[in-house]
Amino acid sequence: MVSRPVKFSIQGLHVHYGELCVLRELSLEILANEIFTVIGPANSGKTTFLHSLNRLIDLAPGSRVSGRILLDGDDIRLRLEKENLRRKVGIVFALPLPLPLSIYENIVYGLRMQGVRDRAVLDEAVERSLRESYLWEEVKDRLRSPAMNLSGGQQQRLCMARILAGRPDVLLFDEPTSGLDPISTARIEETLLELKERYTIVLVTNNVAQAARVGDRTAFFLMGEMVEVSETGRMFTAPADPRTSDYITGKFG
Amino acid sequence: MNPARLRKLKEWLIERAILLSGVFSVVFVVLIFLFLLREGLSLFRGESVLDFLFGKSWYPISEPPRFGILPLILGSLLVTLGAAAISVPIGLAAALFIAEIAPGRLKEGLKAGIELLAAIPSVVIGFIGMITLGPFIKKLFAVPTGLTALTGSVTLAFMAMPTIVSIAEDAITAVPRQYREAAIAMGATKWQTTWRIVARAARPGMVAAVMLGIGRVIGETMAVMMVTGNAAVIPSGMLQPVRTLTATIAAEMGESVQGGSHYAALFAIGIVLFVITFLINGVADLYLHRSRK
Repeated sequence: MVSRPVKFSIQGLHVHYGELCVLRELSLEILANEIFTVIGPANSGKTTFLHSLNRLIDLAPGSRVSGRILLDGDDIRLRLEKENLRRKVGIVFALPLPLPLSIYENIVYGLRMQGVRDRAVLDEAVERSLRESYLWEEVKDRLRSPAMNLSGGQQQRLCMARILAGRPDVLLFDEPTSGLDPISTARIEETLLELKERYTIVLVTNNVAQAARVGDRTAFFLMGEMVEVSETGRMFTAPADPRTSDYITGKFG
Repeated sequence: MNPARLRKLKEWLIERAILLSGVFSVVFVVLIFLFLLREGLSLFRGESVLDFLFGKSWYPISEPPRFGILPLILGSLLVTLGAAAISVPIGLAAALFIAEIAPGRLKEGLKAGIELLAAIPSVVIGFIGMITLGPFIKKLFAVPTGLTALTGSVTLAFMAMPTIVSIAEDAITAVPRQYREAAIAMGATKWQTTWRIVARAARPGMVAAVMLGIGRVIGETMAVMMVTGNAAVIPSGMLQPVRTLTATIAAEMGESVQGGSHYAALFAIGIVLFVITFLINGVADLYLHRSRK
């Protein structure tokens, strides 16, 4: 395996909600252009981890974060404005959630916020990001119609396009296929494999098999702690920790 | 009777009861409208509709009487526009503040305060307006009387505000939290999220809030009668006494002879008010449907 530069470096991350500790002593590295998958049962801190990476965690009432997260060597709390961070580190949520706008406006929303007015730039961004998320062919003739009219799988790919339009570095996915049928799921997974050529991807998933299918490296979280992290192939063939093997073979969770 | 049939009967009874109450509410409105028409339209046996709507003088008890309601329509319009100009921006901003920005305690306090404002009887608001606002405006602008269209507008703005704030606030709070998260995750600031996503998604509700607020202003009688000076002349500015459609009905109904032309003219004013309210609701409805499309 070629050695890749480190994208995210997480050092001693703790997250509390009020008194409750939801993420404990987490240290790991996420490499550029890999698909880093995070598996684990409910309440294991997966989503909290994801939300820490682009500081969405700040929105949660009573959340406290300690430890350091470096993106390309810069501390995301000290060296980056949170709006800029969130543009560089885009997130796709579990439930596809188009804004109540047209397909076109959904995609250019982020760019418009940054003050981009030039029609040609916007048009280009829409086509490029829709092609990247493999939605272009399906919607190119109805860019002006409401995004709510798309199917669930299409909406999820629209949400991906919306993030891609802002040319992020990192894509975070929070169980992106949990609400989708198998065919839509397969399309999303294909898209992920394509996207990793250009982006670093962190994929949180409930679906262990999905992690095995698309992941380069995988971390197993349990009750706020990372039990183990290794190359995906190794984790699924020879997990180091018995709890990991219990989980991936379906003994609990 | 076996339980299944009993259940069916119960269902049937409940359904009918609900249907009946629905039908009644419509029937009542229709009956009220018919009554208005019957009492009001008799005026137009001796009076042309155009003279009534666009006549410049309202002298109902002179000989011969003159029933031109243009001054009253303009009075109502002026006071309503003034009240809307004050209450809509403040009300919507207050709703955004309460729903999006105010922290827990303050939010509850403000909501309770605004509901309290809605509970103040209009005669009390009118009284306060007459005693405090009137003299203040008289002094501020050095006009002969403080009872003016402006006084009415400010007073009525206070009455429209609770309606606007509470309905708009509900609409804003009802915007799914995920919209906000999605916008923030794309790097929007709090303000960009509030303005471009939340306010936009809540727009139908906000329009409804404004329309209902304006509806309340147009229909308001007591407070407006106390503070506008009640001069039935065509106003040339906000600092002149005016008289509204509603105040005219309330002030003169007691002294008109039932069945007489004055009496019919007051009912005809009622028809005009009804039509105006109907139009406002119609516009609100149209807008709501269009934005829901």
